[in-house]
Amino acid sequence: MKLPAFEYACPATLAEAVALLAAGDGDAKLLAGGQSLVPMMAFRVASPALLVDLRKLAELRRIEITGEAVRLGAMTRWRDIEDDARLDTAHPLLKAAVAEVAHYQIRNRGTVGGSIAHADPAAEMPGIAVACDAEIAVAGPAGSRVIGASDFFIAPLTTALAADEIIVEIRLPAWPAARRWAFKEFARRRGDFALAGTALFYDVDARGKAFNAHVGAIGVGDRPQRLAAAEAAINGQTVDIATSERAGSAASAAVTPQSDIHASAAYRQALLGTLVERALQSACA
Amino acid sequence: MQVSFEVNGNNVSVDVEPRMTLADCLRHMLRLTGTHVGCEHGVCGACTILVDGMAVRACLMLAVQADGSEVITIEGLSNDDALTPLQVSFRRHHALQCGFCTPGMIVTAHALLSEEPDADADRIREVLSGNLCRCTGYISIIDAVLDARAAYKKPAP
Repeated sequence: MKLPAFEYACPATLAEAVALLAAGDGDAKLLAGGQSLVPMMAFRVASPALLVDLRKLAELRRIEITGEAVRLGAMTRWRDIEDDARLDTAHPLLKAAVAEVAHYQIRNRGTVGGSIAHADPAAEMPGIAVACDAEIAVAGPAGSRVIGASDFFIAPLTTALAADEIIVEIRLPAWPAARRWAFKEFARRRGDFALAGTALFYDVDARGKAFNAHVGAIGVGDRPQRLAAAEAAINGQTVDIATSERAGSAASAAVTPQSDIHASAAYRQALLGTLVERALQSACA
Repeated sequence: MQVSFEVNGNNVSVDVEPRMTLADCLRHMLRLTGTHVGCEHGVCGACTILVDGMAVRACLMLAVQADGSEVITIEGLSNDDALTPLQVSFRRHHALQCGFCTPGMIVTAHALLSEEPDADADRIREVLSGNLCRCTGYISIIDAVLDARAAYKKPAP
């Protein structure tokens, strides 16, 4: 359908954008890449009175890699991540996940901040944020604050972001070179939302035992989540076939997905277990 | 709102409502009807155009967002004299039947081969996964794009 009518503003500074959003009184929406919001408007799932376009805020489109973190400006596009060779070592898990985001044309426009704000439970970037304990820096009329990813996602399309706040940056903790990791998802057609997926990593100590395991899951709940039971099955172990199977079973048992037209709950649950198992097999190889 | 951008090498200035998508602006105001509109919500890929050299879905972009951009549509990829390499290849391989998806397929394939002239069948499938075709079954389209690669390879020095 044609989009519903709205007013449009294209501010040149972040302060101006915050002021416009606040003046919108809850009926204004930010336009980043538009790859989720515009379809929602076409379906009348969203009909904001005002769109505040962030495209002129060049300072929000940058990838900064420091000793402490990989800092992604909110307007960083998927394509920017794909093209940044530094991330091959600075955050290989992020790079692998972004390769699975939507389709070619959408990756040329879609943004990190837009995906985080949209909060689809099957989307890759919210899953990476939760799996990696990312921090989400936001700006609003009252100033700036930082929200931990585990507190940020509340329900499908629902986050801790206030109506007058703007995501400025996503900070992923720095990535040790020796870290073991894998990203696996399954969709019927490439580029579609995953029926289930996992982003996981762990570190290995001098005795060859895993520690600091993080197992994230997408598509199997009302928000991206970390699976403590699967992590417990990995920590302190040598990651081999038996450990992978145990972690996969623990992951399956830990989630309660919904059935929908794309897959039944039982299928998604089994699929997640298989993906976690395969991810660990590829991480330890 | 008044919006100015470049389309296929020409500067244009149009007065649009914010709600008008770039796809509708191209078709209805600029009469560039080669860009097809299928689903209007970013699923079918028929409206794919190039904005600042990147393949994008014109139905997911507002015309007002194009201000100051360089836009190339399927019309801008053709020439008056002869078929382009992708057109020749699509014809040779019967990579279209009704033709509705073809502009989006060719623009997307052009963007890909311009950057990755060595793209293999798997990469071509991955990139074209965002373009729906209800006639061909895709195999002939993949073959056509594979066959057009030679024209995008830089001659050896």
